[in-house]
Amino acid sequence: MNWKSISKLVGIIVLTAVVSILFFSPNLKPVYNKDITWMPLVKMINLGLDLEGGVHVVLQAEDTPESPVTDDAIKRVMAVINNRVNATGVAEPIIQQQGKDRIIVELAGIEDPDEAVNNMIKVAHLEFKTEDGRTVITGADLKDAVEATLPGTNEAQVNLTFTDAGAKKFAQITAANVNRHLGIYLDGQLLQNPRINEPIPNGQAQITGYSSLEEAHNIAILLRSGALPVKVDVIEKRSVGPMLGADSLAKSLKAAIVGIAAIFIFMAAYYRVPGLIANLALIIYTLIVLAVFAALNVTMTLPGIAGFLLSLGMAVDANIIIFERIKEELRNGKSLRAGIDAGFKRAFVTIVDSNVTTLLTAAVLFFLSTGPIKGFAVTLSVGILASMFTAVTLTRYMLQLTAGSKLATNTKLYGA
Amino acid sequence: MPFEFVRRRKIWYTISLLVIIPGLISILLQGLNPGIDFTGGNVLEILFEKPVKLQEVRESLREFNLEGSWLQQSGSSDFIIRTPALSQKESDRVISGLEKKLGEMTVLRNDFVGPTIGRELTRNALLALFVAGLLMLGYITWRFEFKQGIAALLALLHDALVVVGIFSIFQIEVDSAFVAAILTILGYSINDTIVIFDRIRENMLNRKKGQAIEDIVNNSIHQTLARSINTALTVIFVLLALYVFGGSTIKNFILAMLIGVVSGAYSSIFGASQIWVDLKLREHGKKAMA
Repeated sequence: MNWKSISKLVGIIVLTAVVSILFFSPNLKPVYNKDITWMPLVKMINLGLDLEGGVHVVLQAEDTPESPVTDDAIKRVMAVINNRVNATGVAEPIIQQQGKDRIIVELAGIEDPDEAVNNMIKVAHLEFKTEDGRTVITGADLKDAVEATLPGTNEAQVNLTFTDAGAKKFAQITAANVNRHLGIYLDGQLLQNPRINEPIPNGQAQITGYSSLEEAHNIAILLRSGALPVKVDVIEKRSVGPMLGADSLAKSLKAAIVGIAAIFIFMAAYYRVPGLIANLALIIYTLIVLAVFAALNVTMTLPGIAGFLLSLGMAVDANIIIFERIKEELRNGKSLRAGIDAGFKRAFVTIVDSNVTTLLTAAVLFFLSTGPIKGFAVTLSVGILASMFTAVTLTRYMLQLTAGSKLATNTKLYGA
Repeated sequence: MPFEFVRRRKIWYTISLLVIIPGLISILLQGLNPGIDFTGGNVLEILFEKPVKLQEVRESLREFNLEGSWLQQSGSSDFIIRTPALSQKESDRVISGLEKKLGEMTVLRNDFVGPTIGRELTRNALLALFVAGLLMLGYITWRFEFKQGIAALLALLHDALVVVGIFSIFQIEVDSAFVAAILTILGYSINDTIVIFDRIRENMLNRKKGQAIEDIVNNSIHQTLARSINTALTVIFVLLALYVFGGSTIKNFILAMLIGVVSGAYSSIFGASQIWVDLKLREHGKKAMA
């Protein structure tokens, strides 16, 4: 018996157990302040919309003769949507541009995804129309709309400011239409129909005649946030209710536990001592992978969980390749120590070659896909890298310790 | 006498063809059953508070001219409805219409995919398969030899055809996750093949004079057999657990993966190296002629 090796082994086991308990213990629930009763680490890993519930929307900006899609226009649409989403109090919305003319919006954990989408793009288009129904100015020309009270009379009004281009158009139109009405339409519906009293050359206009400041305030907001500079359409929307999300999460976890347990039992039964060591390495592997997910801010989706579990299967593979090699070396009459060393050396090339090819596919998936599948590629890659690391370092170290400890010296226990 | 994996290769090729050919015929005759990811459309999953009959849901959809929609019931009051693309307003109207007729309900899922997205997805999927294939061929040629690259790719084509064929025969719906499944299968299957190639490379270096290439490959397969089977088993354990206990949304994804892993294990043991042997023997044949 070599007590030094034994104590190192015991140390690894105790350390793994402690870290695992810290990771998975339900007792730490209050620390993370969310009623996920298992795996507090999950709280540190972002849950995808398919697990948490929420909505993923892709908006396509479309060219119209009056307002072509420009990069600036997209930026302004994103700002408007950001305002609207924030107004509804959704936590951490994701609003990002995709390609030249698309915007992705993701809202997590909302009760009514359909309503949220409706509110987000509710007012698609702001137009100013003359009495003969021609659209003369669009939201793209409007820079700002703010409510104010007129000093002295205390009358509420909305002050409009036009962009430079808008100011020119506005000057022409007001000059040509004095004493006529200029209809303001939101999404095709008449919102305001003020009369033009005099030509306005400087792009600064006031709409008066509100009964209260509040009314003016509401109109100003509608004009301001209603001013989507270009027409926007929903081209993709995926919404998952919170119920289905929670259900998917619970089911995935159950599946993960059953699958992992099956691997553990199989490895221990088939490979004996090395199998037990592989199981310990697998636990450490899982801890490493989950910690990397948390550190990289990976968003865990349903396919992501599948990717992780698949990488778990592949993590076992590296161990299996090593153990089969060691078995052969032992059968060829090598001693335990020599067999382990030789087995590792020969398995190493195989493990690298076989995993690089899988990494290549994961990379292709990552660069050529979007959304959940991208997450799948990330989890698969992290898993493969971590599995190579744990197999060639940890499994090796622990096997050498076991052999050195003389706890299990009979090569039969190593499958030979 | 060890089991002949290589000299009986015609049998293994025949088994593969018996699986692939019906699939190919089905692909040509009826194609795949594309989900809304590819065609564009809506998928609505609804949970009614009270039990509702499928016929009632279909009746209620008539009002919106959607009675021809694809309808699936899971459980007594859980329905999945697949319709052509609906605007947000139209889909709102359908939801409130159903609620009015059939009682309180929860919308579990409401997906909409426009037709443009579908076209892009198909294009990206094919591009991904092509790029992944080229990269693998490049890597194997670099680490091994070009002929092994070709043999491995043919084995991959085999696996892809098996999965796509079975999905076509049974008209199982394919979505964007299916593409990810195919690519993962390819990654897994090539992983499996490389382990055997690795052993062949090693054994070729220690080749004894006059030793037949068939015997070297056969030995290599035998030496790696336990690993091939055990690895496939552990992956299958996990996939089966996901299939049985996982949520309904990833069932088809997992099913594709399961078929692919089995096919991948088969093609690695019974296909890839054998194809390489054939390619290699042709090379020798040519030399003999010259």
